[in-house]
Amino acid sequence: MKQILSAGVAIAIATVGFAEGMMPDDVVYSEYGEVEASLSGQPGDAAAGLEIMVSRGKGNCIACHQVTALEEYPFHGEVGPSLDGVGEYRTAAELRGIIANAKMTYEGTIMPAFYRASGFNRPGNAFTGKAAEGELSPLLTAQEIEDVVAYLQTLKD
Amino acid sequence: MKSLFKGGIAAVAILSAFAANADEEADLVINEEIEITVRTDAPAHVENLSTIYSGWVFRSTETQALQMDDFENPGMIFVDDAIAAWNTVEGTEGQSCAACHGAPEEMAGVRAVYPKWNDEAEEVRTIAMQVNGCRTEQMGADEWKYDGNEMLNMEALLASVSRGIPVNVAIDGPVQAMWEKGRELYYTRFGQLDLSCANCHEDNYGNNIRADHLSQGQINAFPTYRLKNAKLNGVQGRFRGCIRDTRAETFAVGSEEFIALELYVASRGNGLSVEGPSVRN
Repeated sequence: MKQILSAGVAIAIATVGFAEGMMPDDVVYSEYGEVEASLSGQPGDAAAGLEIMVSRGKGNCIACHQVTALEEYPFHGEVGPSLDGVGEYRTAAELRGIIANAKMTYEGTIMPAFYRASGFNRPGNAFTGKAAEGELSPLLTAQEIEDVVAYLQTLKD
Repeated sequence: MKSLFKGGIAAVAILSAFAANADEEADLVINEEIEITVRTDAPAHVENLSTIYSGWVFRSTETQALQMDDFENPGMIFVDDAIAAWNTVEGTEGQSCAACHGAPEEMAGVRAVYPKWNDEAEEVRTIAMQVNGCRTEQMGADEWKYDGNEMLNMEALLASVSRGIPVNVAIDGPVQAMWEKGRELYYTRFGQLDLSCANCHEDNYGNNIRADHLSQGQINAFPTYRLKNAKLNGVQGRFRGCIRDTRAETFAVGSEEFIALELYVASRGNGLSVEGPSVRN
């Protein structure tokens, strides 16, 4: 487990370092909100994706979504649908599009866009309550989104 | 009473496998005497809700119990501090609150109609603004800091003597423009998380978001003693925290935006009882 995780971290750092990821404003969505191409140009790491799913400072996906396979991590939310079996009925392109900007798939959804860096109302400097300075970073990096997509694809009934 | 608690615990087990632990069916009677309306029909101007609920119903059985007895309610300590301030002469005019208003109990019902229009000042005033209005205009005393300890203590006293009286904030006439501004803010998404008040508190009340059980965001029970920070918290300080948590640049306590939002959100609770100082997590 440890080795898998450090490999994941290494890939993420390499991606950010070389800035090979697609910029948030350049992501191409299909008519139904899918994103076909890997945002980082690299495959995702499911083990790293799991950590992002449960970390409050990262994706914190379970804040809103129940996931039976993640039961050992406490306090799953009820705001979004359960993700059980989502890897069965959603393609990688659909999952990537929903995570990157769910509003392209579900108009008016409460779900925040995790790969968007512009177009917000009064964007803040993280959770300080103060105005953002300079350009915003998306909530997750391109590689982190790929890692979450890879993890979600393991959720099969 | 015991059986009510037990019922609550059983309901919890069925409702949620997680930490919610709330008894949403419980009724609130304080000191076995003051009956509090914690659920009632939504006012007509709240288009998207049929029933309005006090935040009390969404809290754990243990937190709920703390508000049922003034000796258990940590917020009541601050009411005692405010009674002392109420009787203290301050400022150039040699006046105290008591000099004009008599005993604090004479203020029963006042909290229930704020924010409200002030004719002389030609502005919507929150109760904090009115307290400062009294201090500067009648007493010749300094203003208290908005949401500062002295102000929150006094707000707790003024709420406590109105407990059980239904919130009845006017939304028309001279306040209408501010009310509409507040309504617009309520439905505006802010910050990098792109969330409006309504996203959580209208569309998702009763749901858990991680370990937090979302309420309707009603403000009938402010000021509220939060176990999380062990102090009294004001309405606008809470607004500030919510908007900050959307990763937005928030508005200032006392700003026109928050006065408008307080008026609008207060009006969404018309029919619930004044409940402060309340206890929340």
